Amino acid sequence: MRAALTALTAILLVVLLLMPLAVVFTEALRHGLDGVLDTFAEPDAIASIGLTLIVAAVTVPLNAVCGTAAAWCIGRFRFPGRGMLMTLIELPLTVSPVISGLVWVLLFGANGWFGPILNRAGIQIIFAVPGLILATTFVTFPFVARILIPLMEQQGVAEEEAALTLGATGWQTFWRVTLPNIRWGLLYGVLLCNARAMGEFGAVSVVSGHVRGQTMTMPLQVEALFNDYDWVGAFTIAGLLSLLALLTLAVKAMLEWRIGERGGPLL
Amino acid sequence: MTVELRGLRKSFGRVAALDDVSLTMARGEFLALLGPSGSGKTTLLRVLAGLELVDSGDVTINGRQAYGVPARERGVGFVFQHYALFRHMTIARNVAFGLEVLPRHRRPSPRDIRDRVQSLLELMHIGDLGARYPEQISGGQRQRVALARALAIEPSLLLLDEPFGALDAKVRKSLRIWLRDLHDRMNLTSIFVTHDQAEAMEMADRVAVLRAGRIEQVDVPDKLYAEPASAFVHEFLGESVHFDCTVNHGRADIAGLDAPLPVGDCPPGPAIALIRPHEIEVLPGPGPARVDSVHASGPLRRVRISLAGQTFDVLRARSQWTPAAGDTCHLDLTRARVYPSCSFAAPIS
Repeated sequence: MRAALTALTAILLVVLLLMPLAVVFTEALRHGLDGVLDTFAEPDAIASIGLTLIVAAVTVPLNAVCGTAAAWCIGRFRFPGRGMLMTLIELPLTVSPVISGLVWVLLFGANGWFGPILNRAGIQIIFAVPGLILATTFVTFPFVARILIPLMEQQGVAEEEAALTLGATGWQTFWRVTLPNIRWGLLYGVLLCNARAMGEFGAVSVVSGHVRGQTMTMPLQVEALFNDYDWVGAFTIAGLLSLLALLTLAVKAMLEWRIGERGGPLL
Repeated sequence: MTVELRGLRKSFGRVAALDDVSLTMARGEFLALLGPSGSGKTTLLRVLAGLELVDSGDVTINGRQAYGVPARERGVGFVFQHYALFRHMTIARNVAFGLEVLPRHRRPSPRDIRDRVQSLLELMHIGDLGARYPEQISGGQRQRVALARALAIEPSLLLLDEPFGALDAKVRKSLRIWLRDLHDRMNLTSIFVTHDQAEAMEMADRVAVLRAGRIEQVDVPDKLYAEPASAFVHEFLGESVHFDCTVNHGRADIAGLDAPLPVGDCPPGPAIALIRPHEIEVLPGPGPARVDSVHASGPLRRVRISLAGQTFDVLRARSQWTPAAGDTCHLDLTRARVYPSCSFAAPIS
């Protein structure tokens, strides 16, 4: 029985996880390294990589700061509406990514609530980079906060209070006591946030408008190339994304090991 | 350093944590706040440190109004119940913290800080632990680090919240003597919170007994023990034997006992008489009380006695006459203190 279960798990693991990963890399390398290099010579491919990096570079720090602030509020204080706020933070995880994209179109699109005003001011959000950043920020907001809230609740306020009685200002307390205590958790959250920011497809697809070379992030570029029957190109970009995911996994494993070693249960 | 508290009130929701607390403390005093859990003693300590705001009342520390002065400017050393050491810093950095966060013009040089930290650690007999992390040292050592850290800022007032609460009995005993000694040597003014009456009586100059946010009595330990102001204080400060009685014409009658007791200023009506087991005088019978058993208890004998359906223990010195099990005897309860029964509530310990 146990052997059968183990075998089943192993088969599932191979079929569901390893085979797709193998397919990505074999398809990308079907025409050898030249095919891969050709893909990266395409300006559209370069643009999609650049755009993905820009979106992540804005989204991840923004969410790290806001997520830490939200976790600090919720983890440290008891106030009316606290439970509501916690639910709201989790909202992006439960809402379909398509809706996460659509709300921005309804708000800032040409026919949206603020569309006419923005149009007159000459500001374009939807089908442009700001829209991509908005949608990605929304989708990835919970990652940092969700990891930090239980961590901060578990650590309690005693160390911060001790710092205050020893004469530290609020900022000194934050930089010297709060932040060092949550740094591994924060790094972990940032990592997950980054992985999602680079890999997000649904919400980004809705607000992107698919302007090649301008509003296509890497996941969108993969879809576009795939639809063009450019298999090597599609799988090359997909391979790059997969490498990123593998790297994230490796760092995550390292962080978990590191956190485990410092004694504090984190997740 | 004098501390003056006047009419402090603080409630959490509908629960009054402090209910009209007033207290004056002299420079150099070592005061214990004693009470069961939930009596408001920790809240009082946190108010003094500026970690909690009162709803009304005044706190004056050394003649200076503390209202509106944030915790970091009070110069009050606080030793937390679970030490609250900074877990990511070495012991030396923990102790140095209060000096390192000083504004630049008041901050000692790194060398001076290092020297001061080392001398503090040596004062605490943990001079060789500076490079360790909090999780690598024992509870008793953490306690000393927390104390060193609080003392590094040269506080005018030292507050200790259940300083020995998390330690085992043996370590606790030795730290008590050591802390009292340290207080005297460093000319500190200290307040410590405890729920252990033996600890409070042994260490403090004066003990304030708290109950449900009110101070029941503040006095030197001897007086507190000999003249408890209420039934609660009597019960809380040591083993007490409890008799229901009725006060009439200035005398108290206890069921089954022929001689009524003098009652002091207790008003007529239902009352309770409390007496310590060693204060009960046993006289040779035959009498109304029966001896159930006699046990040796260290230097004393513990005599279990039944009187009118109630069973209680009496302590007798070995040199005193002691009845044998099965005897009957007379009891003399004149040393009992009589309190109106409405003021009685069992201590929550």
